[in-house]
Amino acid sequence: MSTPVSAPAIEVRIPTILRPYTNSEKVVSAEANNLGELIAALNSKYVGLGERLLENNELRRFINIYINDEDVRFMGSLAATLKAGDSVTILPAVAGGCK
Amino acid sequence: MTRYESLEASLGHTPLIGLPKLSPKSQPGKPAVRLWAKMEDRNPTGSIKDRTAMAMIDDAEKTGRLKPGATILEPTSGNTGISLAMVAKVRGYNLICVMPENTSIERTQILEMWGAKIIYSPAAGGSNEAVRVAKEISEQNPEWVFLYQYGNPANTLAHYNTTGPEVFEDLPTVTHFVAGLGTTGTLMGAGKFLREKNPNIAIIAAEPRYGEVVYGLRNLDAGFVPELYDASIITRRFSVGAEDSVRRVRELLEVEGIFAGISTGAILHAALGIAKECVDAGVGADIAFIVCDAGWKYLSTGIYGKDSDSEVLDGQLWA
Repeated sequence: MSTPVSAPAIEVRIPTILRPYTNSEKVVSAEANNLGELIAALNSKYVGLGERLLENNELRRFINIYINDEDVRFMGSLAATLKAGDSVTILPAVAGGCK
Repeated sequence: MTRYESLEASLGHTPLIGLPKLSPKSQPGKPAVRLWAKMEDRNPTGSIKDRTAMAMIDDAEKTGRLKPGATILEPTSGNTGISLAMVAKVRGYNLICVMPENTSIERTQILEMWGAKIIYSPAAGGSNEAVRVAKEISEQNPEWVFLYQYGNPANTLAHYNTTGPEVFEDLPTVTHFVAGLGTTGTLMGAGKFLREKNPNIAIIAAEPRYGEVVYGLRNLDAGFVPELYDASIITRRFSVGAEDSVRRVRELLEVEGIFAGISTGAILHAALGIAKECVDAGVGADIAFIVCDAGWKYLSTGIYGKDSDSEVLDGQLWA
Protein backbone atom coordinates (compact mmCIF):
# COMPACT_ATOMS: atom_id res chain seq x y z
CA MET A 1 0.00 0.00 0.00
CA SER A 2 1.43 3.36 -0.94
CA THR A 3 1.43 6.36 1.37
CA PRO A 4 -0.36 9.36 -0.10
CA VAL A 5 2.17 12.02 -0.95
CA SER A 6 -0.20 14.95 -1.31
CA ALA A 7 -2.82 16.34 1.04
CA PRO A 8 -6.51 15.82 0.19
CA ALA A 9 -8.30 18.44 -1.91
CA ILE A 10 -10.89 20.16 0.27
CA GLU A 11 -13.96 21.99 -1.03
CA VAL A 12 -14.49 25.38 0.63
CA ARG A 13 -17.69 27.44 0.50
CA ILE A 14 -17.07 31.17 0.45
CA PRO A 15 -19.63 33.71 1.79
CA THR A 16 -20.72 36.63 -0.39
CA ILE A 17 -18.73 39.11 1.65
CA LEU A 18 -15.43 37.32 0.88
CA ARG A 19 -16.06 36.55 -2.79
CA PRO A 20 -14.23 39.67 -3.98
CA TYR A 21 -11.10 37.70 -2.99
CA THR A 22 -12.02 34.55 -4.93
CA ASN A 23 -12.95 36.10 -8.30
CA SER A 24 -16.61 35.75 -7.22
CA GLU A 25 -16.26 31.96 -6.92
CA LYS A 26 -18.75 30.51 -4.42
CA VAL A 27 -16.87 27.25 -4.00
CA VAL A 28 -13.11 26.91 -4.22
CA SER A 29 -10.71 24.08 -3.50
CA ALA A 30 -7.30 23.67 -1.91
CA GLU A 31 -5.14 20.82 -0.61
CA ALA A 32 -4.50 20.59 3.11
CA ASN A 33 -4.26 18.21 6.06
CA ASN A 34 -5.59 20.67 8.59
CA LEU A 35 -7.41 23.98 8.74
CA GLY A 36 -4.27 26.08 9.23
CA GLU A 37 -2.75 24.55 6.10
CA LEU A 38 -6.01 25.07 4.24
CA ILE A 39 -6.13 28.79 5.01
CA ALA A 40 -2.47 29.15 4.01
CA ALA A 41 -3.14 27.31 0.74
CA LEU A 42 -6.21 29.46 0.05
CA ASN A 43 -4.26 32.61 0.76
CA SER A 44 -1.56 31.70 -1.73
CA LYS A 45 -4.23 31.27 -4.41
CA TYR A 46 -6.43 34.18 -3.32
CA VAL A 47 -4.15 36.82 -1.91
CA GLY A 48 -5.61 38.74 1.03
CA LEU A 49 -8.22 36.11 1.96
CA GLY A 50 -6.11 34.75 4.82
CA GLU A 51 -5.95 38.13 6.47
CA ARG A 52 -9.75 38.40 6.41
CA LEU A 53 -9.99 35.06 8.26
CA LEU A 54 -7.13 35.32 10.74
CA GLU A 55 -5.79 37.84 13.18
CA ASN A 56 -2.61 37.10 15.15
CA ASN A 57 -2.81 33.57 13.77
CA GLU A 58 -6.24 32.95 15.32
CA LEU A 59 -9.69 32.96 13.74
CA ARG A 60 -11.20 36.42 13.68
CA ARG A 61 -14.01 36.95 16.18
CA PHE A 62 -16.71 37.43 13.54
CA ILE A 63 -15.61 34.53 11.32
CA ASN A 64 -17.04 31.04 11.79
CA ILE A 65 -15.62 28.05 9.94
CA TYR A 66 -17.30 24.66 9.84
CA ILE A 67 -15.94 21.27 8.78
CA ASN A 68 -18.90 19.16 7.64
CA ASP A 69 -21.22 21.54 9.54
CA GLU A 70 -19.29 21.38 12.82
CA ASP A 71 -17.70 24.55 14.25
CA VAL A 72 -13.90 24.24 14.09
CA ARG A 73 -13.46 26.20 17.31
CA PHE A 74 -14.57 23.04 19.14
CA MET A 75 -12.37 20.76 16.99
CA GLY A 76 -8.96 22.31 17.64
CA SER A 77 -9.44 25.47 15.52
CA LEU A 78 -6.51 25.77 13.07
CA ALA A 79 -5.23 22.34 14.10
CA ALA A 80 -8.55 20.67 13.14
CA THR A 81 -7.68 17.82 10.78
CA LEU A 82 -9.07 17.44 7.28
CA LYS A 83 -9.58 14.30 5.27
CA ALA A 84 -10.63 13.53 1.73
CA GLY A 85 -14.29 14.33 1.16
CA ASP A 86 -14.55 16.92 3.94
CA SER A 87 -16.42 20.08 3.12
CA VAL A 88 -15.50 23.41 4.71
CA THR A 89 -17.89 26.36 5.03
CA ILE A 90 -16.84 29.88 5.98
CA LEU A 91 -19.55 32.21 7.33
CA PRO A 92 -19.63 35.58 9.05
CA ALA A 93 -21.06 35.42 12.59
CA VAL A 94 -24.76 36.29 12.67
CA ALA A 95 -27.28 36.01 15.45
CA GLY A 96 -29.70 33.16 14.93
CA GLY A 97 -32.16 30.73 16.40
CA CYS A 98 -35.46 30.70 18.22
CA LYS A 99 -35.41 34.26 19.52
CA MET B 1 -49.87 20.58 40.95
CA THR B 2 -51.42 21.84 37.75
CA ARG B 3 -53.48 24.71 39.22
CA TYR B 4 -51.98 28.19 38.87
CA GLU B 5 -52.97 31.63 40.13
CA SER B 6 -52.51 33.21 36.69
CA LEU B 7 -51.23 32.54 33.19
CA GLU B 8 -47.81 33.92 34.09
CA ALA B 9 -47.59 31.59 37.09
CA SER B 10 -47.88 28.60 34.77
CA LEU B 11 -44.46 29.31 33.26
CA GLY B 12 -42.06 26.40 32.88
CA HIS B 13 -42.21 22.85 34.29
CA THR B 14 -42.71 21.71 30.73
CA PRO B 15 -42.90 17.99 30.01
CA LEU B 16 -39.87 15.97 28.94
CA ILE B 17 -41.14 13.49 26.40
CA GLY B 18 -39.35 10.34 25.24
CA LEU B 19 -38.98 9.56 21.55
CA PRO B 20 -39.16 5.76 21.53
CA LYS B 21 -39.44 5.46 17.75
CA LEU B 22 -36.97 8.14 16.68
CA SER B 23 -34.27 7.08 19.16
CA PRO B 24 -31.80 4.88 17.24
CA LYS B 25 -31.48 1.17 18.05
CA SER B 26 -28.35 0.25 19.95
CA GLN B 27 -26.02 -2.54 18.81
CA PRO B 28 -26.86 -5.93 20.34
CA GLY B 29 -25.79 -6.08 23.98
CA LYS B 30 -25.00 -2.36 24.14
CA PRO B 31 -26.79 0.19 26.36
CA ALA B 32 -29.71 2.25 25.07
CA VAL B 33 -29.39 5.62 23.37
CA ARG B 34 -32.50 7.63 24.15
CA LEU B 35 -33.77 10.99 22.91
CA TRP B 36 -35.91 13.23 25.12
CA ALA B 37 -37.83 16.31 23.94
CA LYS B 38 -38.28 19.23 26.36
CA MET B 39 -41.63 20.63 25.22
CA GLU B 40 -41.16 24.38 25.53
CA ASP B 41 -44.23 25.04 23.39
CA ARG B 42 -46.23 24.30 26.56
CA ASN B 43 -45.28 27.68 28.03
CA PRO B 44 -47.84 30.52 28.39
CA THR B 45 -47.36 31.99 24.88
CA GLY B 46 -46.02 28.80 23.35
CA SER B 47 -42.25 29.15 23.33
CA ILE B 48 -39.13 28.85 25.46
CA LYS B 49 -38.83 32.64 25.27
CA ASP B 50 -41.49 33.07 27.94
CA ARG B 51 -38.76 32.15 30.44
CA THR B 52 -36.42 34.84 29.09
CA ALA B 53 -39.08 37.53 28.79
CA MET B 54 -40.51 37.05 32.24
CA ALA B 55 -37.09 36.90 33.89
CA MET B 56 -35.96 40.10 32.15
CA ILE B 57 -39.12 41.98 33.08
CA ASP B 58 -39.07 40.72 36.69
CA ASP B 59 -35.45 41.80 36.98
CA ALA B 60 -36.09 45.24 35.47
CA GLU B 61 -39.01 45.77 37.87
CA LYS B 62 -36.92 44.67 40.85
CA THR B 63 -34.04 46.98 39.97
CA GLY B 64 -36.42 49.88 39.30
CA ARG B 65 -35.60 50.23 35.60
CA LEU B 66 -39.15 49.38 34.63
CA LYS B 67 -41.88 51.60 36.04
CA PRO B 68 -45.66 51.44 35.45
CA GLY B 69 -46.62 52.57 31.96
CA ALA B 70 -43.04 52.35 30.64
CA THR B 71 -42.17 51.47 27.06
CA ILE B 72 -40.01 48.41 26.42
CA LEU B 73 -37.83 48.17 23.30
CA GLU B 74 -36.47 44.83 22.08
CA PRO B 75 -34.82 43.35 18.96
CA THR B 76 -36.48 40.01 18.23
CA SER B 77 -37.15 37.64 15.37
CA GLY B 78 -40.48 36.87 16.98
CA ASN B 79 -40.73 34.60 19.99
CA THR B 80 -39.18 36.90 22.58
CA GLY B 81 -41.33 39.71 21.24
CA ILE B 82 -44.45 37.57 21.55
CA SER B 83 -43.57 36.63 25.14
CA LEU B 84 -42.80 40.24 26.07
CA ALA B 85 -46.01 41.40 24.37
CA MET B 86 -48.15 39.13 26.52
CA VAL B 87 -46.44 40.13 29.78
CA ALA B 88 -46.46 43.81 28.78
CA LYS B 89 -50.19 43.58 28.06
CA VAL B 90 -50.95 41.93 31.39
CA ARG B 91 -48.70 44.23 33.44
CA GLY B 92 -49.47 47.48 31.65
CA TYR B 93 -46.34 48.28 29.64
CA ASN B 94 -45.95 49.32 26.02
CA LEU B 95 -43.76 47.22 23.74
CA ILE B 96 -41.86 48.15 20.59
CA CYS B 97 -40.21 45.27 18.74
CA VAL B 98 -37.48 45.64 16.16
CA MET B 99 -37.94 42.62 13.90
CA PRO B 100 -36.27 41.62 10.60
CA GLU B 101 -38.69 42.04 7.69
CA ASN B 102 -38.05 38.45 6.52
CA THR B 103 -39.92 36.61 9.26
CA SER B 104 -43.20 34.70 8.99
CA ILE B 105 -46.48 36.66 8.80
CA GLU B 106 -47.85 34.88 11.86
CA ARG B 107 -45.25 36.54 14.07
CA THR B 108 -46.43 39.99 13.06
CA GLN B 109 -50.06 38.99 13.53
CA ILE B 110 -49.47 37.62 17.02
CA LEU B 111 -47.35 40.59 18.12
CA GLU B 112 -50.02 43.02 16.99
CA MET B 113 -52.71 40.93 18.66
CA TRP B 114 -51.09 41.62 22.05
CA GLY B 115 -50.66 45.28 21.20
CA ALA B 116 -46.97 45.44 20.33
CA LYS B 117 -45.69 47.95 17.79
CA ILE B 118 -43.24 46.67 15.21
CA ILE B 119 -40.33 48.45 13.56
CA TYR B 120 -38.95 46.35 10.71
CA SER B 121 -35.22 46.07 10.08
CA PRO B 122 -33.76 45.13 6.67
CA ALA B 123 -33.65 41.45 5.66
CA ALA B 124 -29.95 41.54 4.79
CA GLY B 125 -27.98 40.91 7.94
CA GLY B 126 -30.96 39.23 9.64
CA SER B 127 -30.99 39.53 13.42
CA ASN B 128 -27.66 41.38 13.37
CA GLU B 129 -29.46 44.25 11.68
CA ALA B 130 -32.37 44.10 14.15
CA VAL B 131 -29.88 44.36 17.00
CA ARG B 132 -28.04 47.24 15.35
CA VAL B 133 -31.25 49.16 14.60
CA ALA B 134 -32.60 48.55 18.13
CA LYS B 135 -29.37 49.81 19.70
CA GLU B 136 -29.59 52.95 17.57
CA ILE B 137 -33.23 53.56 18.53
CA SER B 138 -32.38 52.93 22.17
CA GLU B 139 -29.71 55.63 22.10
CA GLN B 140 -32.18 58.06 20.55
CA ASN B 141 -34.87 57.18 23.12
CA PRO B 142 -33.14 56.71 26.45
CA GLU B 143 -36.49 56.83 28.26
CA TRP B 144 -37.44 53.49 26.70
CA VAL B 145 -36.36 50.41 28.62
CA PHE B 146 -33.99 48.34 26.51
CA LEU B 147 -34.07 44.83 28.00
CA TYR B 148 -31.74 43.45 25.30
CA GLN B 149 -31.96 39.66 25.48
CA TYR B 150 -28.52 39.17 23.84
CA GLY B 151 -26.68 40.83 26.70
CA ASN B 152 -29.09 40.64 29.65
CA PRO B 153 -27.79 38.24 32.35
CA ALA B 154 -31.41 37.67 33.45
CA ASN B 155 -31.85 35.69 30.20
CA THR B 156 -29.05 33.26 31.07
CA LEU B 157 -30.16 33.17 34.69
CA ALA B 158 -33.71 32.17 33.68
CA HIS B 159 -32.34 28.98 32.15
CA TYR B 160 -29.85 28.42 34.96
CA ASN B 161 -32.70 28.66 37.48
CA THR B 162 -35.44 26.83 35.58
CA THR B 163 -34.68 25.02 32.29
CA GLY B 164 -31.50 23.34 33.55
CA PRO B 165 -32.90 22.19 36.91
CA GLU B 166 -36.09 20.90 35.24
CA VAL B 167 -34.12 18.76 32.78
CA PHE B 168 -31.92 17.41 35.57
CA GLU B 169 -34.86 16.67 37.84
CA ASP B 170 -36.70 14.74 35.13
CA LEU B 171 -33.60 13.05 33.70
CA PRO B 172 -30.77 12.75 36.26
CA THR B 173 -28.97 10.42 33.83
CA VAL B 174 -28.79 13.08 31.10
CA THR B 175 -25.53 12.78 29.14
CA HIS B 176 -26.14 15.39 26.41
CA PHE B 177 -28.12 18.63 26.32
CA VAL B 178 -28.87 20.01 22.86
CA ALA B 179 -30.38 23.45 22.23
CA GLY B 180 -30.48 26.20 19.63
CA LEU B 181 -27.96 29.00 19.55
CA GLY B 182 -29.51 32.45 19.22
CA THR B 183 -29.05 34.79 22.13
CA THR B 184 -27.19 31.79 23.59
CA GLY B 185 -29.16 32.21 26.86
CA THR B 186 -30.58 28.66 26.91
CA LEU B 187 -27.24 26.96 26.37
CA MET B 188 -25.31 29.28 28.66
CA GLY B 189 -27.78 29.03 31.56
CA ALA B 190 -29.02 25.44 31.37
CA GLY B 191 -25.58 24.30 30.18
CA LYS B 192 -23.83 25.86 33.16
CA PHE B 193 -26.31 24.32 35.59
CA LEU B 194 -26.07 20.85 34.07
CA ARG B 195 -22.26 21.01 33.89
CA GLU B 196 -22.18 21.83 37.61
CA LYS B 197 -24.28 18.74 38.28
CA ASN B 198 -22.26 16.52 35.93
CA PRO B 199 -18.86 17.75 34.71
CA ASN B 200 -18.90 15.13 31.95
CA ILE B 201 -22.14 16.25 30.34
CA ALA B 202 -21.91 17.35 26.69
CA ILE B 203 -23.52 20.71 25.90
CA ILE B 204 -24.34 20.78 22.20
CA ALA B 205 -25.25 23.90 20.21
CA ALA B 206 -27.33 23.79 17.02
CA GLU B 207 -27.06 27.00 15.05
CA PRO B 208 -29.40 27.68 12.14
CA ARG B 209 -27.72 28.20 8.78
CA TYR B 210 -29.79 30.57 6.72
CA GLY B 211 -29.84 31.51 3.06
CA GLU B 212 -27.21 33.85 1.68
CA VAL B 213 -29.19 37.05 2.18
CA VAL B 214 -28.91 36.77 5.96
CA TYR B 215 -25.11 36.65 5.72
CA GLY B 216 -25.08 39.63 3.36
CA LEU B 217 -23.43 41.94 5.87
CA ARG B 218 -22.09 45.33 4.86
CA ASN B 219 -18.68 44.30 6.15
CA LEU B 220 -17.19 41.66 8.39
CA ASP B 221 -17.17 44.02 11.34
CA ALA B 222 -20.98 43.95 11.17
CA GLY B 223 -20.73 40.35 12.42
CA PHE B 224 -22.18 39.69 15.82
CA VAL B 225 -21.52 37.45 18.81
CA PRO B 226 -24.03 37.91 21.66
CA GLU B 227 -22.54 39.40 24.80
CA LEU B 228 -23.93 36.45 26.79
CA TYR B 229 -21.93 33.89 24.80
CA ASP B 230 -19.23 31.97 26.66
CA ALA B 231 -17.66 29.30 24.44
CA SER B 232 -16.29 27.40 27.46
CA ILE B 233 -19.83 26.18 28.29
CA ILE B 234 -20.19 24.48 24.89
CA THR B 235 -18.76 21.09 23.96
CA ARG B 236 -19.62 21.04 20.25
CA ARG B 237 -21.43 23.36 17.89
CA PHE B 238 -23.21 22.43 14.66
CA SER B 239 -24.52 24.57 11.84
CA VAL B 240 -27.77 23.17 10.39
CA GLY B 241 -29.31 24.32 7.14
CA ALA B 242 -32.98 24.70 6.22
CA GLU B 243 -33.11 21.42 4.27
CA ASP B 244 -31.97 19.27 7.22
CA SER B 245 -34.14 21.27 9.65
CA VAL B 246 -37.27 20.83 7.56
CA ARG B 247 -36.55 17.12 7.02
CA ARG B 248 -36.19 16.57 10.76
CA VAL B 249 -39.20 18.63 11.81
CA ARG B 250 -41.31 16.54 9.42
CA GLU B 251 -39.75 13.34 10.72
CA LEU B 252 -40.65 14.39 14.28
CA LEU B 253 -44.23 14.91 13.12
CA GLU B 254 -44.43 11.69 11.10
CA VAL B 255 -42.71 9.33 13.53
CA GLU B 256 -43.54 10.70 16.98
CA GLY B 257 -46.55 12.91 16.27
CA ILE B 258 -44.88 16.04 17.63
CA PHE B 259 -45.72 19.27 15.76
CA ALA B 260 -42.72 21.55 16.28
CA GLY B 261 -41.40 24.78 14.82
CA ILE B 262 -38.62 24.80 12.26
CA SER B 263 -35.74 25.68 14.61
CA THR B 264 -36.51 22.49 16.54
CA GLY B 265 -35.67 20.59 13.34
CA ALA B 266 -32.15 22.03 13.45
CA ILE B 267 -31.78 21.01 17.09
CA LEU B 268 -33.15 17.51 16.44
CA HIS B 269 -30.75 17.11 13.52
CA ALA B 270 -27.79 17.75 15.81
CA ALA B 271 -29.28 15.49 18.50
CA LEU B 272 -29.74 12.62 16.04
CA GLY B 273 -26.17 13.04 14.80
CA ILE B 274 -24.92 12.72 18.37
CA ALA B 275 -27.22 9.74 18.97
CA LYS B 276 -25.78 7.94 15.95
CA GLU B 277 -22.22 8.57 17.17
CA CYS B 278 -23.15 7.06 20.54
CA VAL B 279 -24.68 3.98 18.89
CA ASP B 280 -21.60 3.54 16.68
CA ALA B 281 -19.34 3.83 19.74
CA GLY B 282 -21.52 1.36 21.65
CA VAL B 283 -22.11 3.77 24.54
CA GLY B 284 -25.41 4.55 26.22
CA ALA B 285 -26.80 8.08 26.20
CA ASP B 286 -29.73 10.14 27.43
CA ILE B 287 -29.93 13.06 25.05
CA ALA B 288 -32.28 15.89 26.05
CA PHE B 289 -33.09 18.49 23.43
CA ILE B 290 -35.24 21.60 23.31
CA VAL B 291 -38.48 21.89 21.36
CA CYS B 292 -38.46 25.70 21.13
CA ASP B 293 -42.03 26.16 19.95
CA ALA B 294 -44.81 24.43 18.02
CA GLY B 295 -45.33 24.71 14.28
CA TRP B 296 -48.36 27.00 14.24
CA LYS B 297 -46.37 30.16 13.52
CA TYR B 298 -44.76 28.57 10.46
CA LEU B 299 -47.79 27.09 8.70
CA SER B 300 -47.76 29.91 6.17
CA THR B 301 -44.33 28.79 4.94
CA GLY B 302 -45.93 25.57 3.68
CA ILE B 303 -43.07 23.42 4.92
CA TYR B 304 -45.30 20.87 6.62
CA GLY B 305 -46.92 19.85 3.33
CA LYS B 306 -45.99 16.51 1.81
CA ASP B 307 -44.54 18.09 -1.33
CA SER B 308 -42.97 21.02 0.47
CA ASP B 309 -39.53 22.23 -0.41
CA SER B 310 -37.17 23.85 2.07
CA GLU B 311 -36.21 26.35 -0.64
CA VAL B 312 -39.28 28.38 0.37
CA LEU B 313 -37.26 29.31 3.46
CA ASP B 314 -34.42 30.78 1.45
CA GLY B 315 -33.93 34.34 2.61
CA GLN B 316 -36.26 33.89 5.61
CA LEU B 317 -35.29 33.93 9.25
CA TRP B 318 -36.91 30.60 10.02
CA ALA B 319 -35.43 30.04 13.48
